[in-house]
Amino acid sequence: MSTTPPAIGFSGVGQVFRTASGALEALRGVDMTIGRHEFVAVLGPSGCGKSTLLRLTSGLIRPTSGTVSVFGLPVAEPRDDIGIVFQKPTLLPWANVEDNVVFPVRHKTGRGTAEDRANARVIIEKVGLAGFEARLPAELSGGMQQRVGIARALFMNPDILLMDEPFSALDALTREEMGFELLRIWEAQPKTVMFITHSISEAVLLADRVLVMSERPGHIVENLVIDLPRPRGIETSNQKAMHDYVGHLRGLLLKRAA
Amino acid sequence: MTMSDTSAVSSSSAPPEAAMPGRSWSQWFVRTPGLLPAATFVAIVLVWEASCRLFEIPSFVLPAPSRILGGFDAVSTSRWFEHVWATLRVALIGYFLSIAISLPIAIILARSEILSRAVYPILVVVQSTPVVAIAPIIIVALGSGDTPRIVITCLITFFPLVVSTTTGLMATPPELIELSRSLRAPVIREITQIRLPFAIPYIFSALKISVTLAVIGAVVAEFVAADKGLGYFIQFSTSMFQVQQAWAGLIVLVLLSLVLFQIVAAVQRIWFPWSLPTERE
Repeated sequence: MSTTPPAIGFSGVGQVFRTASGALEALRGVDMTIGRHEFVAVLGPSGCGKSTLLRLTSGLIRPTSGTVSVFGLPVAEPRDDIGIVFQKPTLLPWANVEDNVVFPVRHKTGRGTAEDRANARVIIEKVGLAGFEARLPAELSGGMQQRVGIARALFMNPDILLMDEPFSALDALTREEMGFELLRIWEAQPKTVMFITHSISEAVLLADRVLVMSERPGHIVENLVIDLPRPRGIETSNQKAMHDYVGHLRGLLLKRAA
Repeated sequence: MTMSDTSAVSSSSAPPEAAMPGRSWSQWFVRTPGLLPAATFVAIVLVWEASCRLFEIPSFVLPAPSRILGGFDAVSTSRWFEHVWATLRVALIGYFLSIAISLPIAIILARSEILSRAVYPILVVVQSTPVVAIAPIIIVALGSGDTPRIVITCLITFFPLVVSTTTGLMATPPELIELSRSLRAPVIREITQIRLPFAIPYIFSALKISVTLAVIGAVVAEFVAADKGLGYFIQFSTSMFQVQQAWAGLIVLVLLSLVLFQIVAAVQRIWFPWSLPTERE
């Protein structure tokens, strides 16, 4: 049973960046695993190296010490089975919604087939943007733009979805709505999700497990399993257990900040 | 409380539309695009004409607009076209050559920090050299014909193109570069599909500046050595004290620059509408 390797594994990972003003230790001794199809939120103060975790997993950077592995294999370069959603949607302003979603395959291979376009339209419908295929990003609201960003990340049908504070630029209502939307997509087509956020309630509401990071140099200081029933929705946020989790995490973060 | 608030708002917002009909005419005048500058222009021309007549300003100091109009008749239409074409040809060839040179240079500068540090100071030196001063040297070195004039036009236009394009290539959102790297896409597609399109707004602002600079370059070259062209015509006219003719040449030159500028702006509007800043009310 424990022979299948975890989707993501960090063991003794340290990360030191060389900057103009000297060495910057972003991570020190990070140990953690994320299981297959698990939804894990990473919570922590700003500048604690949360995004570094994500970039290490994606293979964009290599750890200074320790190993990062994906499905049991050390990460040596970016992989095809990982999709990334950024904090800002960062779409191509000259391309319509469909072209933006197809972009990864056009960028990787140089061409997009009719089949790719058909796939893109299915995903666009899945993220709730049917009918908007021909619109330009500038014609969409912030929430809709981020839906396109998610569709783009899902397009290559990745096993792992890395999300770097994807909803932090949205207003509170849209943010909550997008969270539930993400859960709906994830439940319909399970994937391993690493979800970086600095919103405690968002982390608890969405994730199976919340990892809390310390301030720099970042390491994991809390590993909290969120035992709330799924599917989750608006009623989840009213449950007492939800408040207990949020209260516990807030206390932990405030104590560390003090 | 609420009642009085509402009535205060409605009483203060209603009158301007209903009670003052004269206001709507002046508003129409101010809001109609182009009308205000056109009116200003007509006013300046009228004051100019009146001053020249009233104070009897000699025409070699400042010819009246009516006399300048006469200056257009001094040469035949076909001769005018010859002059315009001579200047336009050099300006356009130099301009397109400059684009062809500066885009690859910008891509190289944006890609390699070492090359950027090696080449950039030289570009600044070239840019700091006054084109008017170097023009005679280039003419002597390259002889007569279009070649030296095209080189001079290139010299004056390429710096803004290189600098602006390089800035644009570097201004791409880092997330998209990370996306490109995470897809392990070839560098050439990172440039053609992400960096160059993102640089379009920067490239066009430089293209608009450079097209007017190209006309300046062509004219400067004609000042030094030419037997045709608007620059040559202006210099020739002044040497003969035909100042109203020189003014006519100058007006044609300004119109030429404006038309070229508007063509570049139209190309951006038609083919790259997304690259224009979004209009706000």
